[in-house]
Amino acid sequence: MISLNLLVNAIVAGVLLGGFYAAVSVGVTISFGMLDIANIAQPAFILLGCYAAYLTNGLWHLDPILTGVIMSPAFFVLGMAVYRLYYYAFERRGDQAIQGLAFFFGLLFVGEVSLVLIFGVDYRFVEAPYIGPSLHFGWLELPLRMLLPCIFSLITIGITQLYLTRSFTGRAILAVSQDPGALQLMAASPMKIKQIAMGISIATCAVAGSFLIIIQPVEPSIGRDYIGRIFAICVLGGMTSFPGMLIAAMLLGIVESITSTFYGPSWAPAVSFGFLLVALAVRPAGLMGR
Amino acid sequence: MAETLLEVKGLSKRFGGFVALDGIDLSIDKGERLGLIGPNGSGKSTLVNCLTGTLQNETGTVMFEGKPLNGLIAHERTRMGLARSFQLPKPFHSMNLIDNIRIPLLYTVNARHGHHLTDTAIAERCEALLRDVNLADKARRRPRDLTQVEMRKLELARAVATQPTLLFADEAMAGLSHSEVEEILAVLFRLNEEGLTIVLIEHIMSAVMSFSTRLVVLVAGHKIADGPPQEAIRNPEVERAYLGE
Amino acid sequence: MRAPVFWAIAIAVGAVFILLTRSFITNEYFYFAGYVVLEYIVLSTAWNILGGYTGYTNFGTGAFFASGAYSSAVLHKLPTLVHNVFGWTIPGVPLPVMILVGGLVAGAMGLGTGYLTLRLRGVFFAIATLAFTIVVQTLIVNWDYVGGSRGIYIIRPAMSPITGSYIQYLFTLMTILVVISVGIARSIENSRLGMGFASIRDDELAAEASGVPTLKLKLIATTLSGALMGMAGAPLPYYVTYLDPTSSFNLSYAVNSVAMPVIGGMTSWIGPVIGAILLGTIQQLATVTISSALNLLIVGVLLILFVIIAPNGIVGLVNSWRRREA
Repeated sequence: MISLNLLVNAIVAGVLLGGFYAAVSVGVTISFGMLDIANIAQPAFILLGCYAAYLTNGLWHLDPILTGVIMSPAFFVLGMAVYRLYYYAFERRGDQAIQGLAFFFGLLFVGEVSLVLIFGVDYRFVEAPYIGPSLHFGWLELPLRMLLPCIFSLITIGITQLYLTRSFTGRAILAVSQDPGALQLMAASPMKIKQIAMGISIATCAVAGSFLIIIQPVEPSIGRDYIGRIFAICVLGGMTSFPGMLIAAMLLGIVESITSTFYGPSWAPAVSFGFLLVALAVRPAGLMGR
Repeated sequence: MAETLLEVKGLSKRFGGFVALDGIDLSIDKGERLGLIGPNGSGKSTLVNCLTGTLQNETGTVMFEGKPLNGLIAHERTRMGLARSFQLPKPFHSMNLIDNIRIPLLYTVNARHGHHLTDTAIAERCEALLRDVNLADKARRRPRDLTQVEMRKLELARAVATQPTLLFADEAMAGLSHSEVEEILAVLFRLNEEGLTIVLIEHIMSAVMSFSTRLVVLVAGHKIADGPPQEAIRNPEVERAYLGE
Repeated sequence: MRAPVFWAIAIAVGAVFILLTRSFITNEYFYFAGYVVLEYIVLSTAWNILGGYTGYTNFGTGAFFASGAYSSAVLHKLPTLVHNVFGWTIPGVPLPVMILVGGLVAGAMGLGTGYLTLRLRGVFFAIATLAFTIVVQTLIVNWDYVGGSRGIYIIRPAMSPITGSYIQYLFTLMTILVVISVGIARSIENSRLGMGFASIRDDELAAEASGVPTLKLKLIATTLSGALMGMAGAPLPYYVTYLDPTSSFNLSYAVNSVAMPVIGGMTSWIGPVIGAILLGTIQQLATVTISSALNLLIVGVLLILFVIIAPNGIVGLVNSWRRREA
């Protein structure tokens, strides 16, 4: 007989996890879903965010989420630089799908190995007053270290959504995602728009990374587990839809949490990647359609 | 009574909520030169994609030479005798022109029952096909060394290499100069004289009017006219579609 | 040159190589290091059949390679299992048979993954292969019969079936695999199949419209590529003597099998060979002098540099240099 308490707590933990997963995926929804840039190196940037938070937390006792926010502009610039390079090397040349993928794969790998060289393979964690305590409602447990990242994730996604739908550049990004040609008629340069979009995409990694290191200790190779999650969420969510992405993220979080609780955490990676394979095989159009 | 080559009944295609084609009926006879026109977004290319198998239509039946096409994917339809050229030329850029032509010979002509061209026969056939479109002198060059009109001709030659019974020429003349359009038209006329049924999808009205024995007009996924070119053009709905209310 | 001639030359070169090394080189370290370089030649050549020839990037080399290794581990334990369950005594499975089985298992996996994902665009296929590696790794980690995350110890036989040490035997087997994979790659290049692959790589829609059965060919490429990778992995348990998921699914296999063809050149059989010999040798030398992490960093950086500056690899650079001289 499955304990109801355990099940409900697992589901709740899954929802909180899902909120966080959505923040991790929003960057790829922009770069891959909207702009067709298969940035499989996204986890490397997220880990960069993790370690940035780790450093400031260790050196100056800065709150990780604060670090994430402060680092966003730097990550934004980094994102723009990465897109620039990608554009000049690949997009301009046309049909070089393998080279583009190999480029990002190389980035992912170089990122991970660099972190290993600098920080080693030990798990790193941060300290903050909300890591440890939980809110209790009867037998319902809400760990603060999961609740706060979830809330801030939703805020981050909300802000990004607002920007995309309300600002001129944001709407230009949405326009480019639908029809790159149309933008040239408006005398706006698709390349510059995409550059900004990529900047935003990587900027989200700064905060997402800070959330991640709050939720769990990190070491360089955990990035690989996130590739499956990120792309599974992006595909299932319909590629471009933020609401879809949120639902897909929650779904994944819940399934992972239940699997972890009842079958052990060693099966968790298979869940997300299994999700992805199933999503790709069955509904590449995603849950919300395109 | 001419023999019906392609019979389309009730073909519809949706993209999510958007209806690209709505219940299209169309019949093409052997030897015809059919012109297919319509404003941008009217569904012409979608129709070609559905008929050649690049896309799958949701409803409707398509019969080719009396055999049903539903469920068959693109390369199977090509082997049955339906060929198409692409709106934006899609050459095999890592190969020279001869090898570009060789692919359809190896994979369509040699894949059919009975036929089996030897390597020498294939080589000869490649040269001959390139000669027919005046590309023989560039036979060993790569597609990147070709001009726009030469790419269009390669595109047509590659489609013709499959030995089709029906060819969809999808905007083969877009962006070409007047003399270049005449060049392509000459090729198409000759192919038709040799027995190939051709559907010309085009925006260049002069070319369509001079080429077609019959004109079909698509607007917003509906067929609004189907008949002799001069009649179809004078159809008030057609005028409205092109000139607005 | 015609395919049979190439095979003859390849076999001859392989035979000469085996004879020369075994006659003159006694330093066991050479065979240990050389085995890894040969292994990478097979992996890169296999990768390139699907990657360079057909245009589909596979990041899941680890899954195919490791499934070959683990199928050997299963077969290695088979006599014990059969004895415990049925009481029969059966002879141990010879390594060449394990290699064949490894190839079959990995080939079947290639067919399966391909069937699930090859109808989608190349990008999704690549991501799916990454996913696939993690899934297979998780399955192995949770499978106690092959040791799970603790790993499994395989005792290297004391006697080699042929003259020399057991490592020399493994070296010989891997040389044979190199000859086989290079021979297959070269044969594909100039064949109808190879042209079909190239048409898919250049423009899949146009290929399909020209009568090329793209799904079928892609499945052939994935199956063949996977099978060769599985065969390369089959002797691994006897080479390392301690088989565990972390090292056998190591991402370095994936990175190297992408980097070596990219750096060597993806359009011809010789590119992966050059890339593998170059990078493989450098890495083997570097592992002694610098840390393996730094070593891998260099591979990653080289991959990025080549992909940006010289996308056609060393072979491409040589070709354009030759064209300029002409």
